[in-house]
Amino acid sequence: MMAGQEKGDLSLVALTKSFATFTAVHPLDLTIPQGSFFALLGPSGCGKTTTLRMIAGLEEPSGGRIHIGDTDITETRAYQRNVNTVFQSYALFPHMSVMDNVMFGLRRRGDKNAKAKAGEILELVQLGQVADKKPTQLSGGMQQRVALARALVNRPDVLLLDEPLGALDLKLRRQMQMELKRIQQEVGLTFIHVTHDQEEAMTMADSIAVMNAGRIEQLGDPATLYEQPRSTFVANFLGQSNLVRAQVNPGGTDRIVTVRVHDTDLEVSREHLPYGVDDVWLGVRPEKLRLGEAGGPNQLRGIVRDVSFSGVATQYAVEMPWGQELIVVQQNDGSARAVLGETVSVSWAAHHGFALDASQDAAAGAELVEDHG
Amino acid sequence: MAEAAVLSTGSAAAPSRRRRSWVPYALLLPGLLWLVVFFVLPMVTLASQSLQEGNVDDGYVFTGNVGIYVDALQQYWPQYVRSLVYAGTATVLALLLGYPLAYFIAQKAGRYKNLILVLVIAPFFTSFLIRTLAWRTILSDDWFVTEWAQKLHITDFLQAVGLTSNDSLLSSKFAVIMGLTYNFLPFMILPLYTSLERLDPRLIEAAGDLYASAWQTFRRVTWPLSLPGVVAGTLLTFIPAAGDFINARLLGNTQTTMIGSVIDSQFLRVLDYPLAAALSFILLIIIVTMVSVYVRRAGTEELL
Repeated sequence: MMAGQEKGDLSLVALTKSFATFTAVHPLDLTIPQGSFFALLGPSGCGKTTTLRMIAGLEEPSGGRIHIGDTDITETRAYQRNVNTVFQSYALFPHMSVMDNVMFGLRRRGDKNAKAKAGEILELVQLGQVADKKPTQLSGGMQQRVALARALVNRPDVLLLDEPLGALDLKLRRQMQMELKRIQQEVGLTFIHVTHDQEEAMTMADSIAVMNAGRIEQLGDPATLYEQPRSTFVANFLGQSNLVRAQVNPGGTDRIVTVRVHDTDLEVSREHLPYGVDDVWLGVRPEKLRLGEAGGPNQLRGIVRDVSFSGVATQYAVEMPWGQELIVVQQNDGSARAVLGETVSVSWAAHHGFALDASQDAAAGAELVEDHG
Repeated sequence: MAEAAVLSTGSAAAPSRRRRSWVPYALLLPGLLWLVVFFVLPMVTLASQSLQEGNVDDGYVFTGNVGIYVDALQQYWPQYVRSLVYAGTATVLALLLGYPLAYFIAQKAGRYKNLILVLVIAPFFTSFLIRTLAWRTILSDDWFVTEWAQKLHITDFLQAVGLTSNDSLLSSKFAVIMGLTYNFLPFMILPLYTSLERLDPRLIEAAGDLYASAWQTFRRVTWPLSLPGVVAGTLLTFIPAAGDFINARLLGNTQTTMIGSVIDSQFLRVLDYPLAAALSFILLIIIVTMVSVYVRRAGTEELL
C-alpha cells in the first residue's frame, strides 16, 4: 500500500526549488546513509528548511529527484511517503490526548497494534504517565517529546527534525540533545536534523552539511568541518576563526609549506592548503593559539587589547603590528595569564592552521552566528 | 516607627480590597438593568398575558387559563413542525454553502481576505425586507432563473420531491427555504470563519505527514477543530430562521405558513393577545430545549 516501505539511503539528485523571485535551493546532490544522524546546518534563509520540506513532501521541488533506496518518491504525496517530520512548533493536535496524537499515524495506516506501539514509544520518551492528558497541559519539553514520539512510532525510513529544540531553554535543549542522540542510536533510523545552531549540529550529528544561500558549502563529519573548513563561511559559521591574509612561498616539503604574513614566514600543513592558490587567508582557531612560545614554530608578537575571563577560559584580543586583532582563548589550566597592554607572543603548530582561497570574503558567515545562544 | 508603617499600610489595604470587591458588580449594573427592562419585564408581561382571558373591547383579565397552551399546540402544531423543518433545512444548506467559503477566506484568500469578508457582510447594508423582496424578482416566472430551471428540468425535480407545486419557483417551500438560507448565511459564515482562521495550517501539514489523506485530514483535524464555529453558526442561523415571518409571507403560499407568521397575525390582525403570547412562549421553550440538547451533544465546551 505505501510507497517506499523498503529502507535504504536517502539520495537527493539535483534537487532544486525556485520561487518567483529567487532560488531557495540550487541543484543539490546529497546522499544520506541509512541509519545516520545527519544535520543540515545554516543561517535562516539558507534553504535548509525548504530542502527538508521537499523531502517530507510538503513542498514540491522545481526540479531533481528524491530517492529512498531504489524507490523514487519525488512524485508521491506527503501522506504516501514513509517519512515523518517533527515540526518546529510541534504541531500537536490540540483536540486529542497525547495517546491519540501518537496513534494518529498508526491509525491512518490501519495498524492493529496501534495502542501497544504508542504505549511503548511513550515509555521510550518517558511520557507514559501523561498519555491521557491534552498537549496544552504539558510543558514545552514534554510537548517536544510527544512530537518526537508521534513521528518515531511510525518507524519512518527517514525522520525529519525541523529545528525541534528551538523553542526550549538552554538547559532543556542540552538535555534533549543527549536524549535525541540516545533515541536515534536505540531505534537506528535515519535522522535529518535542520538547525541554525552549530553547537547543536556538532554535538548530535554524525555528519553535517553546511548550507549557505541555497548551496552546500561543505559536507563532512563535525571534526573535519571544524579543523579543516574549506571556505571562510564555514570557518566563521562553525565557531570562531582568526583569518590573516598571506602569500604562499614557493617550494616547501611534502608536509610543510611556508606562507608570508607581513614579513613573517609561517608554517602550514600542505594538506590544509588549497591546490594552485598563491593568495590565501591563513586561519587558526582561537583555542589553538597559545600565549608565549610553547604553541609551536609559528609566532607573532602583539599587544593585549582586551581580556575577558569566563571561568573555564580566558579570551584575549591581541593586536598585531598591522592593526588586526587575533582572538586567543586560553584554557584556565594554570598557565601564565597576560594583562592588558602587555606585549606577548602568540604561537601555534603548523598542523593547527588552515589556508583558504583569498578571493572569498573574510567575514562571510561571521555576522550570522550571533543570533542564537 | 517601622511597625507603625506596617500597621498603617495594613489597615489601608483592607478597605480598598473591600471596595474593589463590589466594583465588578457595579460594572455589571448597566447591562443587568438593560436586561431587566428590555428582556425580563417583557417576558413576565408576555407570560401573564398568555394566561389572561377577554377581548380587545372589554379588556383582558388574568384567569390562569393554562388550557390555552394545549389549544395553541393542537391548532398550530403543523406550523411549528414546518418552522423547525424549514429552519433546519436552511441551516444545513447554509452550513454546506458557508463552510467551504469560510475555509477559503480563512486559509487561502491571502490578501483578498478582507475584501471577501466585506462582500459577505455587504447585504446587511440594505434592509432585510428589500433583500427578501429582491428574491421575489429573482424567482418570478418571467425572469431567466425560472426559465432556465424549467429548461434544465430542475422545476420538474423540485415538483417531484414536493418542494414546489407547479412549474414556477416562487410561492413555494423551495422559495421560502432559499430565502431563509440566503438571509441567514452570513450568520453562518462569520463564526465559521473565526474558528477556521485560528486553525494552524501546520496541523494540516502534520496530518498529511502522518499519512492522513485530504479527506481524513478534514474529518480528524479540520472539522473537530472548527466545531465551535459550526455550533455558533448553526445556532445563529437556526434560531432566527425558526421564528422568521418575512420569508414565508413574501416567498411562500398558504401552505408554507411558519409559526412566526401565525404569531404576527394573532398579535397584529386577529388581536388575540393571549393566544399570540402562548404561541410565542411555546416557540421559546422548544428552541431553548433543542439548543441545550444540541450544545451538550456537540460537546464543544473544552474547545471554546
